[in-house]
Amino acid sequence: MGENTKIVADATCTFCGCVCDDMVLTVDLEHHRIIKSENACVLGKAWFKEHGIEERPYALIDGREATTEEAVEEAAQILAEARFPIIYGLSDTTCEAQRVAVAIADMVGGNLDTTTSVCHGPSGIAFQGVGESTASLGEIKNRADMVVFWGGNPAEAHPRLFTRYAVTPKGMYVPNGKKDRTIVLVDVRRTLSTPVADIFVQVKPRSDFEVLWALRALVKGRKVDPSVEERTGVSLAVLEDLVTRMKSCNFGALLFGMGLTMNRGRHFNSGALLALATDLNEFTHWVAKPVRGHGNVTGADNVVSWQTGFPFGVNFARGYPRFNPGEFTTVDVLARGDADAALIIASDPASNFPKAAIEHLKRIPVITLDPKATHTSQLARVAFTTATYGISVAGTVYRMDDVPITLRPAFESPYPSDEQILTAIRERVRDLLGGNRLPAGTPLAATVS
Amino acid sequence: MAAKMTLIGGRSNKQGTSLCASKFGAEYIELSSTVEMNLEDMARLGLTNDSKVRLRSAVGEVVVRCKGRQTKDLPPGILFMTYGPVSSELMSSETAGTGMPISKNVEVEVEPVLVPASDGG
Repeated sequence: MGENTKIVADATCTFCGCVCDDMVLTVDLEHHRIIKSENACVLGKAWFKEHGIEERPYALIDGREATTEEAVEEAAQILAEARFPIIYGLSDTTCEAQRVAVAIADMVGGNLDTTTSVCHGPSGIAFQGVGESTASLGEIKNRADMVVFWGGNPAEAHPRLFTRYAVTPKGMYVPNGKKDRTIVLVDVRRTLSTPVADIFVQVKPRSDFEVLWALRALVKGRKVDPSVEERTGVSLAVLEDLVTRMKSCNFGALLFGMGLTMNRGRHFNSGALLALATDLNEFTHWVAKPVRGHGNVTGADNVVSWQTGFPFGVNFARGYPRFNPGEFTTVDVLARGDADAALIIASDPASNFPKAAIEHLKRIPVITLDPKATHTSQLARVAFTTATYGISVAGTVYRMDDVPITLRPAFESPYPSDEQILTAIRERVRDLLGGNRLPAGTPLAATVS
Repeated sequence: MAAKMTLIGGRSNKQGTSLCASKFGAEYIELSSTVEMNLEDMARLGLTNDSKVRLRSAVGEVVVRCKGRQTKDLPPGILFMTYGPVSSELMSSETAGTGMPISKNVEVEVEPVLVPASDGG
């Protein structure tokens, strides 16, 4: 080990929602980069390798280099002057930064939403209607003898979900690892995840709800017509076998992906799966968890929930938080042309939103915070370069099972953290507005204490 | 000749690793501009690997490169693309009151793009 290298043990990878906290990083201190990341999956290795310090301007205003102070002033002016500012993103930053973003939304009477709305937002809606039989990934590792992956491809999106938590690891009540588990995968196509499964159930596109409802009926002992195969591509015999196994296991886990939420039916699909878990608890223990994408998208749900009472799609225009997916979710706000300014933190909607929403982003002043250049930073009025969380920024993130995990940074960055920039913006907006903006139409008397 | 098919957006290992490097890098751009298609469908449309195809949804159209998959891996009538700026062009902003646009199971028309012989393609 040279003088200019150090080892960071128990570091945390924030690429995906697995938030693996057993990384052993070898850091080249001279060149500010990670040269080795033991225990990381292929995605984690790329995450650590590609997040060194890049030579980028601290900030850009209308494409011209600016100081951080100038950019904070410009951003604060935009937010203070806007009538319908939106604050969006937040899934790839710390809980500490997320908390400041909520405070800004509250202060400016803005619209607050996270990437959850285009990820497991429909599952969030379903939780409110159906409830969630939950567990930590540690419980699943130690107890689950049957795991059903539904509408996801963990081998490519969350590789260590298989090897660290839910398929191969040996657990307290599954001492032989995979040999003690029945693994089921439900999808419309074969993927790199399929070989892991003992049982692969290939459903026709747009049939998840029907398959889940047929399983619910069978669990409850109702008759299901064999024509279910024609509709769903899954034979009654396969469904009956699945139900027999599900009712007779000791501890089952349904881990579901965006094959349910980004599909026709959306929250009805997630709700049907959550209801199936509830039904199965009449017979044995079953839990259901959404498999989450970005490193701290689960933290965004937690922070926004504990601060506003709602997980995403929150609007402060009346001076108090209101939740209404479809109205206050960002795709809808932008596609309707409602927003007149946007603060985008650690997200790139200009590369993954529908065209109508992106077109509106191009029409309004946009402020971005991101370690790298993105499609959104390229259209932004104000673009901050920030340090990468987990690599150069300490703080807290939530794993996909709602377990908070502490970050152990590898090296310092010359760039400020999202939290530092957001705090500076919040303080300047407070100066400009003299406190929280009063909702439109507030009677003058209401301002007198 | 155009065919109606169902487009599924999703993630892949390479998409994940290449976006860590840069969304403006050649690898990410190539990956997010490629559609996987059933080999029998490709043959029916006169396509081979790397042929260009036009995908047209209710809201937009894109021209992408195609890559063949066996029927056991990708059923006829189903297309797969990694999420990205190109697949987003085909996505409607309608969320049915949920906030979620549909990016899986998007109905598209698939049409070969004829390349003039002089292009060498």
